[in-house]
Amino acid sequence: MINLPVFPIVIPALAAIIMMFLPKNVRLQRGMALGSIVITLLVSLLLVHTVSQEGILTLNLGNWPAPFSITLVSDMLSALLVTTSTLLTLFIVWFAVHYFSVAYEENYVYVAMLFLLVGVNGAFTTGDIFNLFVFFEVFLISSYVLIVLGGKGVQLRESIKYLLVNVIASALFVMAVAYLYGAVGTLSLADLAQKIPLVDNPNVISVIGVMFIIVFGLKGALVPLHYWLPGSYVVAPTPILALFGALLTKVGVYSILRTYTLLFDVNGTFLQTFLIVLAVLTIITGMVGAIAYNDVKLIIIYNIMIAVGVILYGIAINTQTSLEGALYYLIHDMMIKAVLFMLVGIMIGITRSGQLRDMGGLITRFPLFGWAFFIAALSLAGIPPLSGFFGKLLIIQGGVGEGDLFGPILVLISSLFVLFSVIKIFLYGFWGEERKHYDGPLVPYTSRLLVPVCLLLAVAVAYGFGAELMHPYITQAIEPLTQPELYIDAVLKE
Amino acid sequence: MEIFVSIIIGALTMCAVYMILSKSLLRIIIGTALFSHAAHLLVLTMAGLKTGAAPVLVDGVTDYTDPLPQALVLTAIVISFGVTAFFLVLAYRAYQELSTDNMEEMKGTESND
Repeated sequence: MINLPVFPIVIPALAAIIMMFLPKNVRLQRGMALGSIVITLLVSLLLVHTVSQEGILTLNLGNWPAPFSITLVSDMLSALLVTTSTLLTLFIVWFAVHYFSVAYEENYVYVAMLFLLVGVNGAFTTGDIFNLFVFFEVFLISSYVLIVLGGKGVQLRESIKYLLVNVIASALFVMAVAYLYGAVGTLSLADLAQKIPLVDNPNVISVIGVMFIIVFGLKGALVPLHYWLPGSYVVAPTPILALFGALLTKVGVYSILRTYTLLFDVNGTFLQTFLIVLAVLTIITGMVGAIAYNDVKLIIIYNIMIAVGVILYGIAINTQTSLEGALYYLIHDMMIKAVLFMLVGIMIGITRSGQLRDMGGLITRFPLFGWAFFIAALSLAGIPPLSGFFGKLLIIQGGVGEGDLFGPILVLISSLFVLFSVIKIFLYGFWGEERKHYDGPLVPYTSRLLVPVCLLLAVAVAYGFGAELMHPYITQAIEPLTQPELYIDAVLKE
Repeated sequence: MEIFVSIIIGALTMCAVYMILSKSLLRIIIGTALFSHAAHLLVLTMAGLKTGAAPVLVDGVTDYTDPLPQALVLTAIVISFGVTAFFLVLAYRAYQELSTDNMEEMKGTESND
C-alpha cells in the first residue's frame, strides 16, 4: 500500500467530481458526500496505524526521485491532522444534511465542502512548497464559494473583503516562493531544509521566513493580520462557519509549524522573538474581542484567535514539551470549535437572534442541548479531565522551562477570559426566564441536529480522557519537528 | 537585466497597492490583477534571466533557460485567472444586490442569519 498517503486527497475529489453531474439529486448528494467521507476517514485511520508501525511514509508521484518530483509525505503529524479534519468534515456534513434547505443543497454545497476537504488534506500531506500553495488555493476557492452561496447582501459584501484579503495573501505566497527559489534553488521541503543552512547570507533566509509568517499569518488570523476574520466568518451559515472555524485557520497554523521547525533555524533568533510577539498580541486581541461582544457567533470567533495565539506560542517556544502541547491543543481546538459553532448555530436557529439579550431559559426546553454546551464550554477553557487541559499544561510547562514567565501567565489568564466568555453565553442563553416564545426555523429539527454535535463532543471528551493513549502518537508526531533529519532522510532516502 | 525587471516589478506592486487602497471595487480588482502580474514576473526574475534556448529539447543545444519557474508561473496564472473571474462576477452580483461599488458604503452592522 505504497499509495496510502494519496487516498485522503483522491477519494473526496473523485466523489465531488461525480456529484457535480447530478446536482438536483439531493439524496445522492447527501449519500455520496457522507459515504466518501466515511471511506476517507477509514483510510486515514489506516494511515495513522501504518505510520505508527512503519514510520514516515513518502510517495514520489510519477516515480521520479525525491527532490525532482512532487512528494507526498505522511508523517504522524500530517496523518493525525488529516484524520481530525476528515472526522470533523463528516460530522459537519451530517449536521448540514439536516440544516440546509433543499435549494441550498441543489447548488453544489456538498461538492464545495468535499473540495475544501481535498485542499485541507492535501495541504497537510504535501512535501513541496509550491504544492502547498496549490492546495491552499483549492480550499480557498471552495471557501469563497461556500461563503457566498445563498447570495444575501451581507454575504456578498463580506465575501468581497474575504476574497480580496486572500487574493493578496496568495500573491504574497507566490512572491515568497519566488524568493525562496531564487535563494536556494529548490522547492521540496526536505531538500530546502537540507540546503538552507548552506546559503551564504542567513539574513536573506530570515527575511523569507518573516514573509512566510506574514502569508500564513494572513490565513491563520494572527494579529495584526486578523482584521478580515470576524466580519467574514459571522456571515457564513452555521455548517460552513463550523468548517471554516475548525479547519481553515488551523491550516495556516500547521504551515507555520512545518516551515518554522523544518526550514528555519530558529532557536534564539529574531524569528523566534517575532513569532512570540505575534502570538502574545493575538491572545490579547482575542481576549478583548471575546469579552467585548454580546453576539454569540462573534464570541466564539474571537475564541478562535485566542486558540491560534496559544498554539502559536507553543510553536514559537520550540521545545519538545511545548510542541507536544501545541499539537495536543491544535487537535482539541479543531474539534471543540466545530462543536461550539454548531451549538451556537442551533441557538440562533431557535431564538432567531444572535444577541444574548434576546435569549434566556433555553435549558428548560432543551436540556440535552444545554448540558452539551456546558461540557463544550468547560472543555474549551481547559478544565482538567476534558480535552483542553493537557495541551495548555504542556505549553505552559514548555514556556516556563525556557525561562519565560510572561507567556505562560498570559496563557493562564486567557483561559479565564475564554471561560468567562463562554459561560456568559451559557448563563444568559440557558439560565433565567424565556424571553419570548421560541419558534425559530430550527426548533423542529433540534433533536436531529444534536446527534452529530453530541457524537463529536463525545469524541472530544474521549480525546481528553484518553490523553495517555494518544501520547505515543503525539510524541511520534513531534519527532520530525524536533529532529528535522528524520524528515529529510525519509524523503531523500535513495 | 534582473535589476531593470525588478524595478518594473516594484512599479507594478506600487500601482497595485495604490489601486487596492482606492474606494471603487473595479479599481481594486484591477489592482489585484496588477499584483498577480508582479508576483508572476517576480517568479521568472528570481530564477534568473540568463540567455539560453527555450526549454524544448533540440539536438546540439546545451544551454537552456530554467523550465521550472515557467511551469510555476503557468500554474499561478490559471489560478489567479480563475479567482479573478470569480471576483468579477462577485462584484457584478454585489452591484446588483447592494447597488453600489463604493467600498466605503459596504459596511454596517445589521444583524444577520
